[in-house]
Amino acid sequence: MTRKQRRLTMIAAAGSVLAVAVGLILFALNDRIVFFQSPSDIVAGGLPDGQRIRLGGLVAEGSVQRGENAQVRFSVTDTVETVDVVYVGLLPDLFREGQGVVTEGVLTPDGIFRADNVLAKHDENYMPKEVADALKGKGVWQGEQ
Amino acid sequence: MIVEVGHFALILAFVLSLVQSVVPIWGALRHDQRMMAVAPPVSAMMFILVGISFVALMMAYVTSDFSVLNVVQNSHSAKPDLFKITGVWGNHEGSLLLWVLILVLFGALVAAFGRNIPPELRATTLGVQGWVTAAFLLFMLVTSNPFIRVTPPPMEGQDLNPILQDIGLAIHPPLLYVGYVGFSITFSFAIAALILGRVDAAWARWVRPWTLLAWLFLTLGIAMGSYWAYYELGWGGYWFWDPVENASFMPWLAGTALLHSAIVMEKRGALKVWTVLLAILTFSLSLLGTFLVRSGVLTSVHAFATDPARGTFILGILVVFIGGSLALYAWRAPLLKQGGLFAPVSREGALVLNNLLLTVAAAAVFVGTLYPLALEAVTGEKISVGPPFFNLTFGPLMIPLLLAMPFGPLLAWKRGDIYAVSQRLYGAFGLTLLATLMVVWFQGPQQILAALGIGAGVWVIAGAVAEILSRARFADVGMSTGFRRLFGLPSSAWGAAFGHIGMGVVMLGIVATEAFQEEKVLTIRPNETVTIGDYELAFGGLVRRTGPNYIDDVGHFDIFKGGEKVAEADPAKRLYTARRMPTTEAGIVTFGLSQVYVSIGEVHADGGADIRLYHKPFVTLIWLGCLVMGFGAVLSLFDRRLRVGAPRPARMRAVPAE
Repeated sequence: MTRKQRRLTMIAAAGSVLAVAVGLILFALNDRIVFFQSPSDIVAGGLPDGQRIRLGGLVAEGSVQRGENAQVRFSVTDTVETVDVVYVGLLPDLFREGQGVVTEGVLTPDGIFRADNVLAKHDENYMPKEVADALKGKGVWQGEQ
Repeated sequence: MIVEVGHFALILAFVLSLVQSVVPIWGALRHDQRMMAVAPPVSAMMFILVGISFVALMMAYVTSDFSVLNVVQNSHSAKPDLFKITGVWGNHEGSLLLWVLILVLFGALVAAFGRNIPPELRATTLGVQGWVTAAFLLFMLVTSNPFIRVTPPPMEGQDLNPILQDIGLAIHPPLLYVGYVGFSITFSFAIAALILGRVDAAWARWVRPWTLLAWLFLTLGIAMGSYWAYYELGWGGYWFWDPVENASFMPWLAGTALLHSAIVMEKRGALKVWTVLLAILTFSLSLLGTFLVRSGVLTSVHAFATDPARGTFILGILVVFIGGSLALYAWRAPLLKQGGLFAPVSREGALVLNNLLLTVAAAAVFVGTLYPLALEAVTGEKISVGPPFFNLTFGPLMIPLLLAMPFGPLLAWKRGDIYAVSQRLYGAFGLTLLATLMVVWFQGPQQILAALGIGAGVWVIAGAVAEILSRARFADVGMSTGFRRLFGLPSSAWGAAFGHIGMGVVMLGIVATEAFQEEKVLTIRPNETVTIGDYELAFGGLVRRTGPNYIDDVGHFDIFKGGEKVAEADPAKRLYTARRMPTTEAGIVTFGLSQVYVSIGEVHADGGADIRLYHKPFVTLIWLGCLVMGFGAVLSLFDRRLRVGAPRPARMRAVPAE
C-alpha cells in the first residue's frame, strides 16, 4: 500500500464512523426526545396521539388519592388549567401537594395523563426549572427571585 | 482565628500561583536556570498553604463553628462526626477547595517526582498548572469563599442535605475529583509541549503515568457514584444518563482514548498531534463537567444549591482555557513533526479505531447532554434527552469497539496479520459461541439480544485471556517455561489485560441486569409474602427507630429460598429532623453476584406499605468490573518503564546488595 492509499483508508474509516454516528444522532434527536408541556399546553390540544411528553406543574392541593398496589391519582396544575394524572409506582421522597413536579408519560384519549415516571428533586427548596419557567410565564411565580 | 488563618493561606496561595504562572515559563523560554528553579518550591508551598486552608475549614466543621456561613448552611451539631468531616466537600465552596487542593497536590507531585523530566518541560508544565490554579483560586476568593463569617452566629446549623449524609458520597467526590483534576497535569504537559514546540516519545512516557493515575481514580469515582445512586436514591437504577453523570463520563471516554493513543506515541512516535489534542480535550471536558455541575444550567438529579453568578465566572474560565489552548494548538501543532508510518491493519491501526470510536461516542454524549440547553437558548423550547437517545447513539458505537477489542493487543506493530490473529482467537470465539448458545438454550430465543450481549462480554474477557496466554507461548515452550514467561511479562501487559477483562465484566453485568431483572411494585401488609426470582419475602411489619439526627420507619423482611430462611432485609423510610426531609433507605441483600432490592414508598394506615422489589441477577458485576479495570490501571502504574521518579539504572547498581 502506498502512503496515499493508507491515508485514504484511514480517512474513509474515520469518515464512515462519523457518518454513522451523525446519522444516529440526528435520527435520535428527531425521534427519541421528549418535549416539555404545561397543563395549559395540553388543554390547548394539538398533541399527536400516543406521543411521549413531560408534563410539569404543581401537584394540586387535595388531589392526591392513593389506591391499592401503589396506584396514585393526582392533578398537575399551572394554576390556570389542570390535568389528571395516573401513576403506578413509588413516588419520589419529596413528592408533596403544592410542590413542583415533572411527570413523563402519554396522554390518553380521555384526557388523563398516564405517567410512568415522576420526578421531584432532592432539595426541599427546589423547583424543577421547567416548572418554575412555566409558572413565571403564567405570572403566578411566587419563588424567591 | 483558625478560620482566618485558613482564609489568609488561601489568599497567599493565590499570590504564589500568580508567580508560578509567569516566572518558570519565562525562565524556560530564556533558558534561565534560576527562574525555572522557582517552580518546584512554589508548587510545594502552594500545596502546603491550600492544605492549611483545607484543614482550617475541616476544623470549623468538626467544632461546629456556626460563625462560619458555610458551616451554618451545611452542618448541624447533632450530625455524626464522620459526616461533619465529609460535609466539608458536600457543598459548593468546600468541594471547590477540595478541587484546588487536589490540583496543587498534583503540581507538588510533579515537582517532587519529575526529576527525570527535562527542566524546561517541567518548569513550563508547572507554570501552566499555575494558570489553572490561579483561575480557580480567584474564582473561590471572589464568588465561593468558604471562610465568610456571619454575625451574629446562629445557635444551630441547617444540616447537610440528607442524601449526602452517606459513606458512599463521602468517598465519591474525592475520587472523582482526583480523576478530573488529574487530567490537568496531562493538559499542562500538552500545553508546555506546544509552548516549547517539542514533543517526542519520551513526552508520552512522562505523561502516561499521570493519565493512568487520573483515569484510575475517575473510573473508581464513577463506579462509586453509580453504586451510591443505586442504593441511596431508591430507584434501583445504576446509570440514568443524567447530565451530571454524563459530565463525568465524557472525560472518562476521552481519557480512555488518550491512554491508548499515548501508547502509540510512546512506542512508535506516531499520533503526536492527535495525542496532544486529546490531552487538551480531556481536561476541557473535565472543566466542562465542573461548569455543568456547579453553574446550575442543568436540571438534574444532582442539581443541589446552585448560583448563576458562579456559572458566569466558570464559563469565563472555560472559554479562556479551552479557547486559548485550542488556539495555541492551531498555531503551534504544525511545528510538531509527525512520525511512524503504519498500515491500517496493525496495532496502531487498532488503537486509531479505538480512539475514533471512543471520541465519537464522547461526542454523542456531548450532543445529548448539551442539545437541550442549546435548543432552549435558541428557540425557548424545552425538551429532555434521556436514555432512549443514548441507547440509540452510544450503544451502536460500543458494539464495534467491543468486537475489535481482543484483536488490538494481538496485532503486530506497523503491519499486522489479521488471519494469524484470528487463529489465536479461535478458543475465545468458541467460548463466545458456547455462552451465546447457552443463554438462548436456557432463556429462549426471544432473549437473543441478551444472548449476543453476554456473548460480547465473554468475547472481550476470553480475548484478553487468550492474548496473555499467547504471549507466554505455552504451545512452543512447554508448561514450566510458559508459566515463567507468563509471570515475567511486564506488568503493563497484565494491566492492559485486566483493563479489558474489567470492561467485559461490566458488559456482562449490564446485559444480565437489563435483560433478566424482575421488578414488582405492590402494597404489602404484615405477615404477607411476595415472590421474586427464586426468593420469597415475608413482611414482618414496620417499626420506628431513632438515629442521631433522623427517625426511621423500618420495614422488616425475612427472605426465604426453597422454604429456608436465607437472609433479612430492613429497608426504611427515613426522616431527617433538621430539614424535615424524607429519604429512602433501600434494603439490599447480595446473593453471590446477584441482589434482591427492596425499597419502601407510602406507608398505609393499616400497617401496610407500598414497596418496590427487584431481583437483579449479576448486578454486582457492573461495579466489580470497574474494580477489575482499576486493578489493571494499578498494575500498569507499577510497570518499571513508567515508574515516576524511579531511580536510574546507574544509581540502582550503586546501592550495595545486602
